[in-house]
Amino acid sequence: MSEVEKPEVLITGAGGALAQNVINQLKDQYRVVLVDFRRRVQFDEGMSSYRVEYNKRGFEDIFRKHDIQAVIHLGRMGLYESTHRNRYNHNVLGTQRLLDLCHKYDVHQVIVLSTFFVYGASPYNSALISEDQPLKASELTMDLVDSVELENLANIYLWKYPELNITILRPCNIAGPGVLNSMSLLLSNSLAPVLIGFSPMMQFIHVEDIASAIVVAFKENHPGIYNVANDDWISYQEAVTQCGCTRLPIPSAPEGVPFRISKMLGLKAWPSYLINYYKYPVVIDGSLFNKTFNFKPKRSLDDIFSYYREKKALGIL
Amino acid sequence: MKIREFLKGRLVSKETDAIVDKIPKPVGSFGYDAWGFNTDAYKIGISLFRPIYEKYFRVEVTGLENIPEDGRLLLIANHSGQLPIDGALIGYALATSPHAPRAVRAMIERFFPQAPFIGNILNEVGAVLGDPVNCAKMLEREETIVVFPEGIRGAGKPWSQRYKLQRFGLGFMHLAVQTNTPIIPVGIVGCEETMPTLFHLNGLAKLLGIPYLPVTSPVPLPAKVHLHFGKPMVFEGPIETEDDAAINVERVKDEINTLIQKGLETRNGWFS
Repeated sequence: MSEVEKPEVLITGAGGALAQNVINQLKDQYRVVLVDFRRRVQFDEGMSSYRVEYNKRGFEDIFRKHDIQAVIHLGRMGLYESTHRNRYNHNVLGTQRLLDLCHKYDVHQVIVLSTFFVYGASPYNSALISEDQPLKASELTMDLVDSVELENLANIYLWKYPELNITILRPCNIAGPGVLNSMSLLLSNSLAPVLIGFSPMMQFIHVEDIASAIVVAFKENHPGIYNVANDDWISYQEAVTQCGCTRLPIPSAPEGVPFRISKMLGLKAWPSYLINYYKYPVVIDGSLFNKTFNFKPKRSLDDIFSYYREKKALGIL
Repeated sequence: MKIREFLKGRLVSKETDAIVDKIPKPVGSFGYDAWGFNTDAYKIGISLFRPIYEKYFRVEVTGLENIPEDGRLLLIANHSGQLPIDGALIGYALATSPHAPRAVRAMIERFFPQAPFIGNILNEVGAVLGDPVNCAKMLEREETIVVFPEGIRGAGKPWSQRYKLQRFGLGFMHLAVQTNTPIIPVGIVGCEETMPTLFHLNGLAKLLGIPYLPVTSPVPLPAKVHLHFGKPMVFEGPIETEDDAAINVERVKDEINTLIQKGLETRNGWFS
């Protein structure tokens, strides 16, 4: 297939480690259009790349200029980036504009990357949460409202415009080389705060595996909502120990104390609005995705943890 | 983690290690399952509970041969003794069964996950939050779950009500039918005598936010405990109404009552 005949796929958040993995897996079969709101991403020569805000008028020019067949929406302002109002504008209103443009320009397929955070961390959570469970994260804090709203928005478009073939993916903690989310930052630190008396079960997926999951979801196109997780679990305190972190005990009671300590420490890796996720488990059931797409992650938990451990030993992290 | 390794080295014998390793309990690469069960913590729990089971309550068991080697299973038992000792005794009996060792999962109150240390420790030895979704997911993964359908009505009943089965909740029957799970009825004799209770301090219990506060022995008495496991009962659905479920539940209740009566007739006394 010549370069001109290849279908065009727009990938948002192209500067991130996850997007780079996805681009690498798609670039031979597709013409990839790169978009990032932080910087103009340099990838391979000849690849179209734009630095643009999704809710700015200039974003539509990309759709005018290219014949976009599919969008893989990975570009989100991270939980520790900016204020929750800015995150809301970017993640929610920006996504709405993106989906409107997809509808206007007859895009055939949209993959939206969400997060397991939307389920909320609660002492009453059952384990192996399936996709039909309520999204309770916004009960916890205003800081997670944008994550839930982004999901709700994608859901509305999923049912309203079935021709968009929207697939929403809710992965567990993504970790590994180049990942800059709060969990990956935490595992990269030498000190990891832990709440005294609490060590919830957690799930981790390697960045290369979630990239493969996105690619398989894109190629096979079964619209819907899917959790993506390894069928393997570890307690939080054991995970940080495995990554070579020294545990920093933080009092867990009275209830407000860990929140105040987190605010005082001001750590991006351990923000106050995620405290409950270090206290109560949010274990998701990835079996629907695995079955639908015949997917099995290749990297083990130890592969993920050994990356952080080895980098620390070499003094790189 | 270091504490667990230390305790395992000091407390877990080779024999216990081998017994637990025989249990067909799938766990992940670090020895955990999705609910927080941990193989090493479970071995420590079994080792710590051994003298309580063997020396203190001198437990005698019949019917272990009725427990299938694998597959989903609901153990439905009478509840008594103010503290959840009966659940732990059933768990130990099945873990060390010479026929088909199984790791039993017990349901715990919603208060526990919020309690520092206790919630995690209970999860590690197999207990999980009492929630129908949890139960169904575990049965889908071929786990063995012990359920006390009397709930606190059974555990907290006074001496005057001993060995009188209280009202059974119907939830377990819906689960059994939905998930096509066999039920093993269990009759427990002896736990009623571990903490004979004259009456409850209801006002103070309400003030403290606990389900009941019994006036009883400060520590469980060393009554001899007998566990009688009945034959598997299979119920086919669908259950159309709550009355249908209640009829099936009565059959299980009758079976448990029969096992209890048999146990009461064959025992020599409270302590022997």
